[in-house]
Amino acid sequence: MKSVTKAYRPISWPMKGAGGETGTWRGHRPVVNSQICTKCQFCWVYCPEAVIDRYEITIDYRYCKGCGVCAAECPTGAISMEKEE
Amino acid sequence: MRTAQVIMETGAHAAALAVKCARVDVIPGYPITPQTSIMEALSAMVEKGELDARFIPVEGEHSALAAAVAASAAGARVFTATSSNGLLYMHEVLHMASGGRLPVVMCNVNRGIFAPWTLWADHQDSFAQRDTGWIQFHCSSNQEVFNTVLQAFRVAEQINIPVMVNFDGFVISHCFMPLNVPAQEDIDRFLPLHEPEWRLDPAHPSSFSNVTNAAEYASFRQMLSQDIMASIPLVKEAAQSYKDITGMWDGDTIDTYRMEDAEVVVLAVNSMAAELRLSVDILREQGIRAGLLRPRLILPFPAQDIIDALPQNAQVMVLDRNYNFGHHGGILASELKSVLFGRRHDITVKNRVMGIGGVDLTRRFMADEIRAMLDE
Repeated sequence: MKSVTKAYRPISWPMKGAGGETGTWRGHRPVVNSQICTKCQFCWVYCPEAVIDRYEITIDYRYCKGCGVCAAECPTGAISMEKEE
Repeated sequence: MRTAQVIMETGAHAAALAVKCARVDVIPGYPITPQTSIMEALSAMVEKGELDARFIPVEGEHSALAAAVAASAAGARVFTATSSNGLLYMHEVLHMASGGRLPVVMCNVNRGIFAPWTLWADHQDSFAQRDTGWIQFHCSSNQEVFNTVLQAFRVAEQINIPVMVNFDGFVISHCFMPLNVPAQEDIDRFLPLHEPEWRLDPAHPSSFSNVTNAAEYASFRQMLSQDIMASIPLVKEAAQSYKDITGMWDGDTIDTYRMEDAEVVVLAVNSMAAELRLSVDILREQGIRAGLLRPRLILPFPAQDIIDALPQNAQVMVLDRNYNFGHHGGILASELKSVLFGRRHDITVKNRVMGIGGVDLTRRFMADEIRAMLDE
């Protein structure tokens, strides 16, 4: 059976920045040292906000909340957390 | 209209047969007396390959309805059934189904509530779920159970609100009555396959029932309240269309008997209302101009149809098979009074609670009660 009216449903679709520019929440900024980074993609796998580019290993600071999971998981210690100004 | 098959069936099996005829996709089930025979019949149908559906045995009623909610969100046509404390255990998930706007259909086989334990019919279970945002039908015969399950799917899917189909434990669920089963082509015409406008689909990721801000939450609740009221014309349309296709009629939002010149109107639901037709006949023989008004739909409460059906200066005798704790009497009487207040000053309402926990309600007993109420 088809709906007769469009139901007002609690559904949300994923889109970039739906929650605003969450980068402003950051206290510490993850910085990748490209000299040490092996591009193993561990940080990309672990980042809960999906703000790390898989191949370039660059971080989108507009949305990175600075949680530090990438720095904690990085097997070569290539990511350091630096205090925001 | 093609010739219907007439068989002898119990109310529980009538419900199961209707679910089969509705071509349901997913059936999560957990047993509880007196509902168990619905799930037994459905699991046997799936096992024998008569019904192409996924039967999910779960570990409790909370999980049964949670599985129904998930399957419905994935776009399936879903059915489950419960009774009594099983329905109470589902309470939280009932809100999830209605707030999520999921067209789940569930049979609740009315049974009194623990404590103390009882297995027999009363309506405290379904009436206690009045404010969960489900549309609620209450049925008075095996045939009406069959017909209403099909109508419930149609209404639920049209307005995206779950529907509960209630009927009395044992009196209906376990008693045999003749049952007309319309031809499957007629049922398919009345109830085409489910075409959800949205579903959880890995190819198009979406998230369901996220956190909302206050204004968003308020508008979801307002729309749910509004759409529940908007289901009344759909219930009438479903009953009419079902009649046009199958020739069967149980009433739409209400069902009436000998109301034309009635001075005393008896108002009750479920199987006791079927018996009350005979009580009305007894009262008529005794010179009391009695009639019966049976709401089929309890939520939304069919206020306008009840107001229109009540004759001028009628005395309404509400017979409740439940308690409205904290008030004198039952919940139906309170609902009726709130509808009449400020709109029908000519109507008197009297109320008695009876039949609790399966106390037998015979035509003579109820006729005597109604006569006694006249003198109150």
